[in-house]
Amino acid sequence: MEPIKLNVNSENKSFSTDPSEPLLYILREEFGINSTKFGCGLQQCGACMVLLDGEAEPSCLLSCQSAQSKSIVTLEGLEKDGKLHPIQEAFIEAQAAQCGYCINGMIISAVALLRKNPNPSDKEIREALQRVICRCGTHSRFIQAVKIAAESTQPF
Amino acid sequence: MDFSRRKFLKSSGQLVLGFQLIPLFSCTGSAKSQPETYSGIPVRPHGDKELIDSWIRLDAAGHVTILTGKQELGQGIRTTLLQMAAEELDVPFEICHIINGDTGQTANEGYTAGSNSVEGSGKAIRQAAAEAKRYMLTLASQTWKEDVANLSVENGIIKNKSNKEISYWKLLEGKHIEGKITGNAIPKSHEEHRLVGKPIARDDIKNLVRGKAHFVHDIRLDGMVHARVLHPPSYGAKLRTYDFSEVSKLEGVLKVIRDGSFIAVIATREYQAVKAWMLMKAISEWETPKIKVSQDSLFEDMKAKSMSPETIENSPDFNSELENASKRVKQEYHRPYHMHASTGPSCAVAEWKSGNLTVWSPTQGVYPLQNSLSDLLGIGTEKIRCIGMPGSGCYGHNGADDVSAEAALIARSFPERPVRLQWMREDEHQWEPYGSAMVIQLEAGIDEEGKIIAWGTNLFSDTHSTRPNGNGGHYISARHLEKALEFRKGGFSGGSYRNAIPLYTIPSKRLLLHNYEGPLRTSALRGLGAYGNIFALESFMDELALAAEMDPIEFRLKNLNDARAKAVLQAVRQKTSWNSAQNAANKGFGVAFSKYKNSASYFAVVAEITVDKTSKTFKLEKLTGVIDSGQCINPDGLKNQTEGGMIQSASWTLLEKVDFDENGVLSTDWNSYPILRSKEVPVVEVHIINRPELAPMGAGEAAQGPVAAAIANAVFNGTGTRVRDLPISAEKVDWNKVN
Repeated sequence: MEPIKLNVNSENKSFSTDPSEPLLYILREEFGINSTKFGCGLQQCGACMVLLDGEAEPSCLLSCQSAQSKSIVTLEGLEKDGKLHPIQEAFIEAQAAQCGYCINGMIISAVALLRKNPNPSDKEIREALQRVICRCGTHSRFIQAVKIAAESTQPF
Repeated sequence: MDFSRRKFLKSSGQLVLGFQLIPLFSCTGSAKSQPETYSGIPVRPHGDKELIDSWIRLDAAGHVTILTGKQELGQGIRTTLLQMAAEELDVPFEICHIINGDTGQTANEGYTAGSNSVEGSGKAIRQAAAEAKRYMLTLASQTWKEDVANLSVENGIIKNKSNKEISYWKLLEGKHIEGKITGNAIPKSHEEHRLVGKPIARDDIKNLVRGKAHFVHDIRLDGMVHARVLHPPSYGAKLRTYDFSEVSKLEGVLKVIRDGSFIAVIATREYQAVKAWMLMKAISEWETPKIKVSQDSLFEDMKAKSMSPETIENSPDFNSELENASKRVKQEYHRPYHMHASTGPSCAVAEWKSGNLTVWSPTQGVYPLQNSLSDLLGIGTEKIRCIGMPGSGCYGHNGADDVSAEAALIARSFPERPVRLQWMREDEHQWEPYGSAMVIQLEAGIDEEGKIIAWGTNLFSDTHSTRPNGNGGHYISARHLEKALEFRKGGFSGGSYRNAIPLYTIPSKRLLLHNYEGPLRTSALRGLGAYGNIFALESFMDELALAAEMDPIEFRLKNLNDARAKAVLQAVRQKTSWNSAQNAANKGFGVAFSKYKNSASYFAVVAEITVDKTSKTFKLEKLTGVIDSGQCINPDGLKNQTEGGMIQSASWTLLEKVDFDENGVLSTDWNSYPILRSKEVPVVEVHIINRPELAPMGAGEAAQGPVAAAIANAVFNGTGTRVRDLPISAEKVDWNKVN
C-alpha cells in the first residue's frame, strides 16, 4: 500500500492507512486535531469543515487519498506565531458559542468567506454559514462575529 | 466523614486544603490529550454537603477551586458559578477554577435540569463562599486578637485598620481545615457586588476557537480503542439472523459484541469501527414489530386512548362560572414530537480496569448515572466513577446517558482498555427520547370588561421524564440485552402540565391531565410540557383578546396582577414600538408571555413576520424579548442563553416534527429533520430587567414556549389564519384571506 501524504497546517506527514478513510478521522487520529468534529458523516452539518485549498469543505466523506496534494488548514492552523487570527478574536469578542460543537464549521466557513469577500453583507454572511448546523441557536452571534472580523485591519 | 475520604486524608499525610497529589487522570490511565483542567488540588472524595470543603478549596499555590455537581452544557454555568464564588470570597476571578460533576470529587446535586443550577448550586456555592470568608476572617481575628469588625478582605488578603495584612493562603499555612456551613454567614448585599452583574467572558470560548480539547469527544487515553453500536431499526426489534464473521475479519476489528440484540464493534481506529458498523448494518436482519399508531391519526389516538384524566386543579364552580361568561371560546392545539438533535452525536469513554469502571460522560447528572450503571451492570456504586464532561449541546435527556451505558457495557467485555464510543447521526436522531407530542384543549369565558372568569384545560401527553435515575431498564441498550432489564416507565411526571395553569388572575380554573402511552420514546426536552402548554395558552390569549375586541398586550395586562409580569410586557411593547408598528404593510406582529414553571424567569417576546402573498410565504424577521430573572449574575451569559432559546424555539415552531411510519422513525438526519439555519434565523434582540435586590432565577428554558405563541400570533396578525397545529408552515395559511 502506497503511503498517504498529507499537508495539514503546513506540516507534511506520511503514513499508511486505508486510502478510502475520510480526512476527518485522519486529522483526529494522525494529527491529534480536535477542532474538526464528527457531526453527521453525511456532509449535511459542517461540523467537520476544513479549508481545502482555501475553500471551506466538509471532511467526513472526503477520502484521504483525494486530499493529497491539497493544502489542508484546520482551526488549529489559523493561529500564527502565538497570535490568534482576527476571526478567532472576533468569536471571543462576540462570545459566539454556547456548546461550541459547531464553532469549527462556523469559523472555517467565515475565513473562506472573508478571504474572498472582505466586506460581506449580512445576506452574504448568512449564506456562507448556511451549511453549518448550530442547534444551540447561536447564529446571531456568529453573524456578529464575522462582521467584527470584517472590520479588522489585519490580513486574513 | 465518609470513610474512604478519611482514609485518604490520613494516608496522604496531608492536612491541607489541597496540594497536587494525584493528577485527575492518573488513577485511570495516562492521557495523550485531555481538556485542560486546573490540577492544583488533589482528587479526593467530597465530604457531606455541610462542609465548606465540598464546595470550595483553597490551595497552597494561591488558587481557589469551586466544586459543583452541575454540568457545563454550553449554558455557561462555569463562569456564572465562578462569578458568584469569587464575589463572596473577595478573590480575583482569574485565580478561580471549577470542577463540574465527578462522583470522585463533587457533591451530589442530582441532574443539571429544570433551569435550576443558579438557583440551586449557585445558592449553595454562594453560601459556602460566604462561610469560607467568614471562617478566614474569624481565624485572622483569633490570630491577631482583633475584633472581626475591624477586618476587611480584598483580593484574598485580609487587612486590619492599621493595614496589617495576611492572605487567605498564608493564614491557612497548608492546614486542612474542615469548616462547616453554619448558615450564619450572610452573603453580601447586592450593593457590594463588583463581579456579580458583570458580563464576564467565558474562558472556555478561548479554547474552543483554537480547537483545544474541550468535549468528551476529544479525550484520547493511551491504548484507547473505538466502538460503534448497531442499534435496531426500530423500537422492540429483535436480531433475527446474523453472521458477523465477515465483520471480525475486517482490518483493525478487535471484537464484535453480541448480547441479545445489543450489538457493538470495537476497532483500533475510529474509521475501522465505522466501516464495520456499516457492514453489520447491511448484513443484519431483524424482526421488527410495527408501530401501531399512524402519524396522521396520532392526535386522534391521543384523545381516544389516553388514560382516564387526572384532576390537577378544579375550582368547584368552574362549570357555572363558564356558563355565566358573556363570551366563551374553545380551541384545540397540537404539538408534534420534537427532538433534541444535538449537533454532535452522543459520545462517552469508559474503562473497565481491575473490576472498577470509570466513565467520562456528557450526562446531566453523574450521581444518577452512577446509580443507574450500578443497576444495569450489577456492581456496587463504589466501583463506578462517573466524570462529567461537556458534550455537544444538551437541552434535556438526550442520548448522553444511553451512550454512557453502552460504552460501559462495551468496556466490560473489553476490559483494561479505554473505549471511546460515539453514536452515528442516525443513532442520535432515531434513538434519543423525544419531547412528547401533545394535544391541548382550552376553553375559557370572559366577562363584558374583558376579564377572564373561567379557564379550563384538557391536556393529552406522554411522559416528559424517563431519566434513568437509578433504573438500568431506562437505558435503551438494557432492553436489547439477552437478559433484558425491564423498562418500568414509572409515573407520568408533572412535566406534562408545566405552565398549563395560566399565571393570569382567573377566579375559576380546571386542569385535567390525560396521560397517554405514545408510540415513540419520550423524555425531558427543554421546557418539558411548558413549550406546548405556553404555545396553546398564549395563542389562546390572543383568541380571547380578539373576542374581547382588545389589543393583545392590553388584554394580558388587564388579566395580570403580578407587577413583574406586567413589567416585561410593558417593556417589550415599548422596545418594539408595538402600537405604531401595527400599521406597517405586509407585516404581522405577535406577542406572548410566561413566567417559566410559574416560579422562574419572566419572559415576554414580540415576533415580527413579513408576508409575501405572491409567493405564498412568510418570513420570521425578528424576535424581541424581555427577560426578568431576578438578580442577573452575568448579563451576556443570560442574553446568550435567551437568544439561543429563542432561535431554537423558532426552529421547533416553524419547521420541526419527528416523522414516523409503521416501520419506525423516518427523521434520521438533517435532510429528513430540517432545522433553522443561518439564512432563515430571525434577528434576535434581548433586553434584561435586572433586579439585583432579588434572588437569581432559572432562565435557560424561559423562551421556549412564548416564542412559539408569539410566532403563531404574528402569523394570525399578518395573514388572518390561526394555526393551532405545529409546526407553523406557509402551507397551513389560507392565502385567500390575505389582503
